Amino acid sequence: MKSEKTIAWLLLLVVPLGFEGIWLLQHRIDTQRASISEERDEVLLRSPRLVKAMGLEYAPLLADIYWTRVVQYYGNKHLRGQANLELLWPLLDITTTLDPNLVIAYRFGAMFLSPPAPGGAGRPDLAVQLIQRGIQANPDYWRLYEDLGFVYYFDLKDYQKASAAFLEGSKNPKALVWMKIMAAKVAAEGESFETSMFLWKDIYDSTADPMVKKNALTHMQLLKVKEDCKRLDALADEFEKRFGRRPARISDLAQAGLIRGIPRDPSGYAYVVGKDGKAELNLDSPLLEQQLMQERFRKAMP
Amino acid sequence: MPAPAIETENLTKEYPFGFLHLMKRTSLEGLNMQVETGEVFGFIGPNGAGKSTAIKLLMRLIFPTAGSARILGKPISDVEMHRDIGYLPEQPYFYDYLTATEVLDYFARFHDLAAADRKDRIERMLKKVGLETARKIQLRKYSKGMLQRVGLAQAILHDPKVVILDEPMSGLDPVGRREVRDIILQLKKDGKTVMFSTHILSDAEMLCDRVGVIVGGKLRGVGAPGTLVDMKTLGMEILFELTGASNAPLVAKATRTGDRYRLQVAEEELYAAIEQLRGAGARILSVSQVKATLEEFFMNLVEADRAQGAAVEVSEQ
Amino acid sequence: MRRAGVVALNTFREAVRDRVLYNLVFFALLMIAASVAVGQISIGIEQTVIVSLGLSAISVIGLLISVFLGVALVSKEMDKRTLYALLAKPVRRWEFLLGKFGGLVLTLTVNTAAMALGLLLVMLYVKHGLGGSDTVVLVGVYFILLKLALVVALALLFSCFTTPLLAILFTVGLYIVGLYVQELRNLPVQVMSPAMSAFTKWLSYLLPNFENFNVMAMAAHGRAVPGALVLQNTLYTLVYCTIVLTAAAAVFSRRNLK
Repeated sequence: MKSEKTIAWLLLLVVPLGFEGIWLLQHRIDTQRASISEERDEVLLRSPRLVKAMGLEYAPLLADIYWTRVVQYYGNKHLRGQANLELLWPLLDITTTLDPNLVIAYRFGAMFLSPPAPGGAGRPDLAVQLIQRGIQANPDYWRLYEDLGFVYYFDLKDYQKASAAFLEGSKNPKALVWMKIMAAKVAAEGESFETSMFLWKDIYDSTADPMVKKNALTHMQLLKVKEDCKRLDALADEFEKRFGRRPARISDLAQAGLIRGIPRDPSGYAYVVGKDGKAELNLDSPLLEQQLMQERFRKAMP
Repeated sequence: MPAPAIETENLTKEYPFGFLHLMKRTSLEGLNMQVETGEVFGFIGPNGAGKSTAIKLLMRLIFPTAGSARILGKPISDVEMHRDIGYLPEQPYFYDYLTATEVLDYFARFHDLAAADRKDRIERMLKKVGLETARKIQLRKYSKGMLQRVGLAQAILHDPKVVILDEPMSGLDPVGRREVRDIILQLKKDGKTVMFSTHILSDAEMLCDRVGVIVGGKLRGVGAPGTLVDMKTLGMEILFELTGASNAPLVAKATRTGDRYRLQVAEEELYAAIEQLRGAGARILSVSQVKATLEEFFMNLVEADRAQGAAVEVSEQ
Repeated sequence: MRRAGVVALNTFREAVRDRVLYNLVFFALLMIAASVAVGQISIGIEQTVIVSLGLSAISVIGLLISVFLGVALVSKEMDKRTLYALLAKPVRRWEFLLGKFGGLVLTLTVNTAAMALGLLLVMLYVKHGLGGSDTVVLVGVYFILLKLALVVALALLFSCFTTPLLAILFTVGLYIVGLYVQELRNLPVQVMSPAMSAFTKWLSYLLPNFENFNVMAMAAHGRAVPGALVLQNTLYTLVYCTIVLTAAAAVFSRRNLK
């Protein structure tokens, strides 16, 4: 029994001490590794064809794994507010090559790629390329036309092409009727509150992904804010015409009988009048941060 | 009085089995025995009686549920004590990618022997077990009997004081068995203690100073082969040939093998029987005593055990 | 310790006689094919392709040997009962275990060194010369060897208390988990309860982290690995192997053989 007991006692000593050492070492190794490669999210195999060849018959499965990586990658970066999304395209490229019928990859992929930071990678050109590839592989799936129109409409501001995309999609018998209406409306009016609202509302209603849903909701709320502010500004102009001065606060408009009550933003905070005399979000409103972020990146982008 | 070479005290091994290991099967039950220094001790019993279990417990290949054992006065957990013991496992098997020389050299290295000494000993051992011509052949090409010889060689290579052999005769041809018997006798002559297990009783009778009979996990008797059984003569056996045809009643009672007949008669009827046979034209070849053997003692025990086992089974239902 | 050495040398001899090193032929053929092909298909990134392919092959071949032979080290000896005669010799069970471990690590060292040499030769052929930055490839090979030693230790531990098949599954499973423990730490925190999050963090530091040894990307691009990381990884392997082997010895010393 002697040697067995010795080993058992030794184990009681070795395990806690050893794991203590492992804990310490692992922290050191982590710091060391972090310092040698700050941007360590490498895609080892950047060639989609090579990946596909190596995937053998499991290519679709591999595509799913890559797609998970895309979502993880985007999610992690998004959470940390990092704008560097340069690996998004190679990952999406590989994913859709491995499984050309993975429609979700085109749809959400475009949504990650197209919008300016911080919402996306700011590469609407690549988004268009991705969706067009998706359309080629899945010609029957009309939602991809919607997405294409979406990118042209919001990010490229090319209303002719957006209209053409909606029209093309509407030819699909399964497509919802509004596609045709949208095609005409966008061609005639360009960007408008109703169109934008409708498009985001459709995204909001048609997705199950909570991240996308939240994003669409934020956009809708900000659109509403923008529209509200525009209306309040118009009323302020009316106020100026009547009283010869800009209103100092929103309640001035109410007292003048131009509005009933104090209007509130979608998060429930009252609008205020800013220094330049224009209506804007309350400083306490959670939407303010979103709005500032959107504007800052829009300015930074050429 | 010197300590016995091997002694066990209440050595017990139970194996758990069945669902969640809740049930227990006793493989060896409270074994108490001593093997004195310099004696040849035979451990006999049918297959599955617990002989191998006892030996494996001694060699610490398995661990006892209860009890303890000492070899050469030291507890069996003392690894250094293993320098003085040799062990031949049942149906031994060795690294089949090695040759006999290599495997012996490998084992010899654990005994801190110098290279020259190792070479010399291996040389002698191979000769002793009759493998010198096969020494350069990998063991994967060896027959069962040859492996048994390698096993014997590794067990006695380091000149141990105590040699424990598990079924040393099994798998051997008559020549091999004879050689193993000679080796055991040689060990005894050299003053070693030998303990071996066997289910072949004649081997035990021929070699052992004392035997222990184990049946159903229990030691049923220990002693010199002669003292275990009552050696009273059971009768006389007459061996004879017939020169011509005969229909004498005694001839009809005899068993015939080839040209020879065997007839068993009571001691007091011997002379009358011989007279009658000679009258029938028989040529008497030999007359010998018939004694009760170890085998009969053994068979009685086994049968008693089986009957008891059956009784237990019935009572469980 | 000397007895463990005897066991180790015999284990190495067994591997050699059982033609384990024949895998080198496969590696050689792969590298020759790669060096021919790389010139044709990948202009400008020959070095990267050769190094990643070479290191991947060294790692995969090494892993196969470590897992399968690592599990067989003890279970085969118990199965074939070659252990019985050995344990009757003056050798402790933990010495036997340590010797078995050492023997396989020795085999892997020889095997990996031979493959590394082959890789260097191919690099020499492709690049017409080797530079100082190529030492990182050797560091990569060394890290692979450390990783293999850890895998062998784990395989040995599992084989001490379960069947060979399950031991293989456990070892492979733990290896795969060990590649992703880093991800475990990077899981978005808000999806988990604080307790869950603390648990995964705790787990991520205690499970063997095989990602520590992955410097393939750096090696492929010829970026230097700091000496501190080499030292830390060496220590990490030493400590981890000590824990695992002590546990294995504790289990094996109490094990009843058949």
